[in-house]
Amino acid sequence: MEAAVFIAAAAVILVGAVGVVGSRNPVHSALFLIQTLLGAAVLFVLQDAHFLAAVQVVVYAGAIVILFLFVIMLLGVDRAMRLDIEPIAGQRPLAVIVGVALAAVLLTVTVVATGELTGVRRAAGERALDNGLSDVERLGRVLFSQYALAVQATAVLLTIAVVGAVVLTRRHGGHSGPSGEET
Amino acid sequence: MMAQIGPVAAPAVDWAGLGPVLALALGAVVAIMVRTLARRLPDWVDWAWTALVAAAAAGAAVSLWGRVGAEGPFNAVGDQFGVDRFSLLVTAVIAVSVMLVAPVLHGFCQREGWSGPEIYVLMLLSAAGGVVMAGANDLVVLFLGLEILSIPAYVLAARNLARIQSLEAGLKYFVLGAFSSAFLLYGIALVYGSTGTTNLVGIRDYLSRWVVLSDAMLLAGLALLLVGLGFKVAAVPFHAWVPDVYQGAPTPVVAFMASAVKTAGFAAVIRVFVVAFDLRSGDWQPAVYALAVVTLLTGAVLAVVQRDVKRMLAYSSIAHAGFVLVGVQAASGRGTAAAVFYLAAYSVLVIGSFSVLAAVSGPGDSRTGLDDLRGLNSRRPALALGFTVLLLAQAGVPLTSGFVAKFEIIAAAVDARSFWLAVVAMVSAVVAAFLYLRIMVAVYSSPDGGDGAGDAEESAEPLAVPVLTGLVVAATVAVTVGVGVLPSVLHDLARDAIPALVAAG
Repeated sequence: MEAAVFIAAAAVILVGAVGVVGSRNPVHSALFLIQTLLGAAVLFVLQDAHFLAAVQVVVYAGAIVILFLFVIMLLGVDRAMRLDIEPIAGQRPLAVIVGVALAAVLLTVTVVATGELTGVRRAAGERALDNGLSDVERLGRVLFSQYALAVQATAVLLTIAVVGAVVLTRRHGGHSGPSGEET
Repeated sequence: MMAQIGPVAAPAVDWAGLGPVLALALGAVVAIMVRTLARRLPDWVDWAWTALVAAAAAGAAVSLWGRVGAEGPFNAVGDQFGVDRFSLLVTAVIAVSVMLVAPVLHGFCQREGWSGPEIYVLMLLSAAGGVVMAGANDLVVLFLGLEILSIPAYVLAARNLARIQSLEAGLKYFVLGAFSSAFLLYGIALVYGSTGTTNLVGIRDYLSRWVVLSDAMLLAGLALLLVGLGFKVAAVPFHAWVPDVYQGAPTPVVAFMASAVKTAGFAAVIRVFVVAFDLRSGDWQPAVYALAVVTLLTGAVLAVVQRDVKRMLAYSSIAHAGFVLVGVQAASGRGTAAAVFYLAAYSVLVIGSFSVLAAVSGPGDSRTGLDDLRGLNSRRPALALGFTVLLLAQAGVPLTSGFVAKFEIIAAAVDARSFWLAVVAMVSAVVAAFLYLRIMVAVYSSPDGGDGAGDAEESAEPLAVPVLTGLVVAATVAVTVGVGVLPSVLHDLARDAIPALVAAG
């Protein structure tokens, strides 16, 4: 049962991922991204991480991809891109070769070497999980003890996002008038 | 990690240890709050406040330096953020870089007609991220520090909204930066998968206690970490963004990127590879060796064939990164000290060099071609002299900090028995010297000697150099020569800057 669900979810994820990269239309890419994220949510459920699964659907599939779509449509780039322009000769075949090689290495590492992948003893991992807490509570505890500094640091990132958005979108205050720019 | 039922065990926080980060981040937030409420403050308040905040951060680092000397390295937050002399020296270099760039940025903003504190705020926040990276004891914290460092840099690169190259620089930097972050995250995930922790102390502890028999995943994780961080420090297969970004971004911002951002990136490299994975140095050293060779040669050779001075200095910064990688590759205390010395000396040099370019580039920030420098000597002899000293130092001429820095690196490489790498580094220095000579020839040639009459007419205009920019150039020249003549002060600081990983409690 678990294996069947995993294989189904993995297939959904992979098809979605290929679709994100392969679609000519950015809107289709965004929709394929939702498919990938939903598949990942199923995998989280399979791991008993129900809270993460819910967050995955609500935040990523629900909010972030909708934002993507919003931007795509606002900027009017919802049309096929010209993909036949190649600024550097031979870069596309090279990218395919390098990409396939990297994928092969990572697959070898994560799939073929299964079993003796890590040195971590299984028991240690299970003991840490088996303390009678719900996964929300467990997550909260980890975030505010082991990763307290990381949680605080994200506040700085949010500040940067706000300031950066203001800088890049403000019309006035930039260079006044046309700036005899050579190219 | 076992969590008990009941209240959350909050990690112990040593606020003083967080001093430099807090100073930079709070200073940035205060700046934006005050300037939002008090819009009529004069423009110089922004740079003065920025320099003051950076000075406070440097001061905090200095006071912590003494404390670490007395009590040994300690953790500021649980086991997530370490305070040791390595991170403190890196903090000081970043803070001093901000102090030097802020006045140049002021002159630049006035010329371009930019107002508002945002550009300074972003620089301060970026510096805070760099400080977080320098002390990170956890790969998650390291990653967040990297993002805090990088995202403001993307925005700053695109800040010159009137110049298409600046927008292009911002976009390229952003896309490739995000790409490299993905590599880094993938690496972090694989390292976590193979060691069971993201904590550098825990990883080191794990590797020293267990022999990992099947280490494919760990090695793949290490490789991806190297790729991710290699993008940030602009090592060669991952350098493609550097020339375009350095050419397009506003010139003072480039000074910041080449000094603080690069220093923070290397701090992370040293912290992860030399310190946390020191027991696996046999695995990563060959990779860093190869990166260093390619970086040294590509940077130096491609720098020579450029026509734009900002692009030239961009490729030369790649070659300089290769030198630091040589120090990292040594995987020894001496190598780390040499790398830190190099980063400190190079940060000052590169800020001085780009400050000169910021003054020369003219309204619109576009006149940075080699021909635009022609006749600088007759227009501004003092500036030309300062630029010459800085370029000579970049080339590694004796009696400048550049020579001592290169010497330390090569000595560390020889010490680690990497003789061929030392030879490659010296060849790279010789090739790069030609590049600096090319710029100097342009500076001292007569304005009407080369390209016809229109050029001469333009060059005859008086060149307005802001007083503050001139002072920064003078200061960087003074430091460069001072360190070159009396290297022992910085040498001792770098020697004492030993990175450490301390377990919590």
